[in-house]
Amino acid sequence: MKVVVDMNKCQDHGQCVFAAPDVFSFDDAGRLAYVGDPDDALRDEVEEAADVCPLQAIRIEG
Amino acid sequence: MSTPTVRAVRAPVVVAGASMAGLRAAEQLRAAGWDGPVTLVGAEPHMPYNRPPLSKEVLAGKASFESLAFRPRASVADVTWRLGTRVTAADLDRRTVRLDDGDTLPYAGLVIATGMRPRRLTCPGPLAGRHAVRTLDDARGLRAALTRPGARVVVVGAGFIGCEVAATAVALGAAEVTVVDPLPLPMVGPLGELLAAALRKRHENRGVRFALGTGVTAFEGEDHVTGVVLGDGAVLPADVVVESVGSVANTEWLDGNGLDLADGVRTDAHLRAGGRPEVVAVGDVARFPNARYDGVPRRVEHWSIPTDTARHAARVLTARLTGEQHDPDPFAPLPTFWSDQHDFRLQSFGAPALGKADVRVLDGDPDGDVLAGYHRGGRLVGVVALGGPTAAAAAARHRTALLKQPARTA
Repeated sequence: MKVVVDMNKCQDHGQCVFAAPDVFSFDDAGRLAYVGDPDDALRDEVEEAADVCPLQAIRIEG
Repeated sequence: MSTPTVRAVRAPVVVAGASMAGLRAAEQLRAAGWDGPVTLVGAEPHMPYNRPPLSKEVLAGKASFESLAFRPRASVADVTWRLGTRVTAADLDRRTVRLDDGDTLPYAGLVIATGMRPRRLTCPGPLAGRHAVRTLDDARGLRAALTRPGARVVVVGAGFIGCEVAATAVALGAAEVTVVDPLPLPMVGPLGELLAAALRKRHENRGVRFALGTGVTAFEGEDHVTGVVLGDGAVLPADVVVESVGSVANTEWLDGNGLDLADGVRTDAHLRAGGRPEVVAVGDVARFPNARYDGVPRRVEHWSIPTDTARHAARVLTARLTGEQHDPDPFAPLPTFWSDQHDFRLQSFGAPALGKADVRVLDGDPDGDVLAGYHRGGRLVGVVALGGPTAAAAAARHRTALLKQPARTA
């Protein structure tokens, strides 16, 4: 599974961090960081993260 | 003698309403294991799209439809979309819905997702020049009006949408922007006085005027609105009026079925309506008890609710239709909302409106970045941050504590 975040859309709401903390996090500067190729076992939480993104900036491929 | 063979055709789950809640319901039906047919019926001609940008980026001309449209999951590639079509009636005993193109659809399960429409003012005066913001077409129409040079704008209603539209209108260069509301402060209903007063100050510092503690009694003008008459007799000159005075549930099509439709569709703790296990309601039309709080059924118009309700309702409905065992806890979402206005954001977790009588500053101060805690019976029930990203991050740190509080039913 491949995860792509449109960083031009991202406004740091952090809802994805709550939904999928294994994949999304904030770095020390408060900017979103994420794992681009998470394990398929995390699909449910990544899908939830994509659902709850207010900007709909998260795309899941494969 | 042979018996004519009747090919068994499975009735679909009909999702009435094809906006965010309808889409999420369809996706969650698939995720829950419903592999039968699904039909979505939507009044708007558009595929489901994200509404929050309508009062901001779309008005500001910064968002195309493509950037608003949801990307449906691959699992719903086979569902039937009936867009530009309204449901006009339902017979819940016969399990059918009627559409405005004359069709009648039988259903195995029904998802009520018809949402809300803007409430409109009924006071006398011309209609032209008066806008509401709910749909993409509404927002495009309002943008065209707001971008005329020298526009004088009156926003009626100082809630989420009113405050966001006022901020966007200032950014677009409107000559005057005035927000009218019978309440003494903007957004005082969801925020309480402390933050509402801070919000008012921020708006005023950025060029928004307020006429508070008064309502609108009439609109002036012949064919097109030229002014707004207030309760105290004052007249605000206006070329553009935005009515953001709440919304009305789209439930007329359900009349005559014995449902409680007093304000949206009353549901049980699992989002089922009218004691019918094959009928669920999702999104802002659902009036559900939240087991996390006091168990009083309420409609919630926050962006997170369509997704939360769809997940719970789809699991309950799918279990019913497939005969699988499913014994979920009562629905108990943690509400969350945000609102972007000017260069600041409001970010909330929990249910601040339940704790407005006991608001404490947890961090910062109301003139800068501030985090307020809302308490009921001494217990923190919600937090709201007002300011920049630091304030929002401070609010998020309380989310876990708000989530861990034991859900309780009244």
